[in-house]
Amino acid sequence: MVNGEKINRESNTMEKDLFRGELVKLVVDEPQTVTESFSRWVRDTEYWRLANSNPVRAFSSKAVKDWLEKNPENERGDQFIFSIRTLQDDLLIGDVGLDGVLWSHGDAFVGIGIGDREYWGRGYGRDAMRLILRYAFSELNMERVSLNVFAYNLRAIHSYEKSGFVHEGLARGVLRRDGSRYDLVFMGILREEWLDQNPDG
Amino acid sequence: MKISESLFVAENICLAPIDHEKDAEIESRWTHDAEYMRLLSLEPALPLSAAQLKKRYEKIEKEQDEKKNLFYFTVRMRPDDRLVGFARLYWIEWSNAGGFVQLGIGDPNDRQHGYGTQVLRLLLRYAFDELNLYRLTALIPEYNPLALHLFSKAGFVEEVRRRKALNRDGRRWDLLHLGILHEEWDALQAGPK
Amino acid sequence: MNGNLFRGELVRLTAEEPELLGKTFSSWDRDSEFRRLLDDEPPCLWSAKKIKEWFEKDSYEGDESGLSFCIRTLQEDCLIGFIGLWDIEWSHGDAEVGIGIGDRERWGKGYGTDAMRVILRYGFTELNLERITLGVFGYNGRAIRSYEKAGFTVEGRMRQALYRDGSRVDIVFMGILRHEWQALNGERRED
Repeated sequence: MVNGEKINRESNTMEKDLFRGELVKLVVDEPQTVTESFSRWVRDTEYWRLANSNPVRAFSSKAVKDWLEKNPENERGDQFIFSIRTLQDDLLIGDVGLDGVLWSHGDAFVGIGIGDREYWGRGYGRDAMRLILRYAFSELNMERVSLNVFAYNLRAIHSYEKSGFVHEGLARGVLRRDGSRYDLVFMGILREEWLDQNPDG
Repeated sequence: MKISESLFVAENICLAPIDHEKDAEIESRWTHDAEYMRLLSLEPALPLSAAQLKKRYEKIEKEQDEKKNLFYFTVRMRPDDRLVGFARLYWIEWSNAGGFVQLGIGDPNDRQHGYGTQVLRLLLRYAFDELNLYRLTALIPEYNPLALHLFSKAGFVEEVRRRKALNRDGRRWDLLHLGILHEEWDALQAGPK
Repeated sequence: MNGNLFRGELVRLTAEEPELLGKTFSSWDRDSEFRRLLDDEPPCLWSAKKIKEWFEKDSYEGDESGLSFCIRTLQEDCLIGFIGLWDIEWSHGDAEVGIGIGDRERWGKGYGTDAMRVILRYGFTELNLERITLGVFGYNGRAIRSYEKAGFTVEGRMRQALYRDGSRVDIVFMGILRHEWQALNGERRED
């Protein structure tokens, strides 16, 4: 169930708002707007270690801003990254996007991070995922969307299952942290599976 | 300690550096073989000129030098050093001690002589005995049974099956991730040959 | 897995060295009929050196929006032209094809049609496009017939878009859809 008009196949009208969900909207912000939030989030080492396989570092705000400016989102043809803002307060809570798009095969990897822990476990991530999947399948016309997630990120795995992703296997012991090794879980959702779950598009 | 046992030399082939002058022309010919390109790469198959390949060689050595997460080799025949393929350990994540592995034998006439097996054996030794990696991954499309067989024989197991991730010749194919752990490789070395 | 993606019955698609491209393209460009059939730009006679440098530039390889090839005959391995898919709109599965046979000895003998068949197969089975477009000048009757043979249908015209030798001529747009190509090639429609 989403805001906006359903696709009317007879009259060929377009979906009204691709970027608006029930709890969140997807936006593209200027680097300076997101720098402050991003800098704060990357200092939350739990957040970092849930999302990233490379080592936690202490990034300065300047370093974050430089990185954001150097990687202008969406200038590369194989990357589509958005900020997530709450509908209620227009608060920036995280980011979500597609990258590694293999156009001729119609596959892309999705990644999502809710930096603001106040918004973990409350359906915001799932709403953002719903929007990005709709974007992938109805706008980019992907054949499938892939993701990988660390085995210890149970909340995320559960959320992805609810979003329709199917387990496709795991790479054993990819990650080494706190003296233990963890698997990298792979999941995927096919176009036909997404259509089954979203008959109205 | 097996210091005296060469990391780079096998029975018929060896791992060697790029020859910027000579290799590009030979590899250019391989890239005109659509089957070779499609077996190796997920990008749309595209033939490359020697000039384009020379640029690529420079990028490879630059990346090897700067990022230090790539080990690229040419595969050459012994004893005449004839170029027959390439091999690489790439996308290495040092903090997790993991990486990816790939190899290719350019001319179909040079395939199925056991060279791939020898290359893979050298690569695994390099990865585990020299780089001390914990694990390696190989990405292999479902439509490449020879590679699937080669890696399975070497001890890799299927870990991930990305369903219908590839689209070629009018149908969808799965993309497989095969993996091997250092301890599994150790066990294979210890076991009966 | 089709290993003959780059080969047709008369021609094959290749990648060539900048030096050869410079010399060859520069010489073909001196045939003004060739240029005026191919391009709406006023023919400009670039030197072999300039053309070579253009091909050597970094931007030449891995251009996100286009994939281009040269054409060689299978029999004599002669370099006769070029062909490519441009302005690829990935999310819509559409691209524009362009072809030029620089060696006029090879006109009207099926080489262009064969190259076009090869590129269509590439577009539909390697890039998985949904349709392929082309634009051709109204006075290029030979090309229009060749494209029709390859399966293209006229979709529209930009009326009087060209002005040469005192006359106004249309640019004709043609297209071929995936299922039309599949039907031509006797394949079942993919579901």
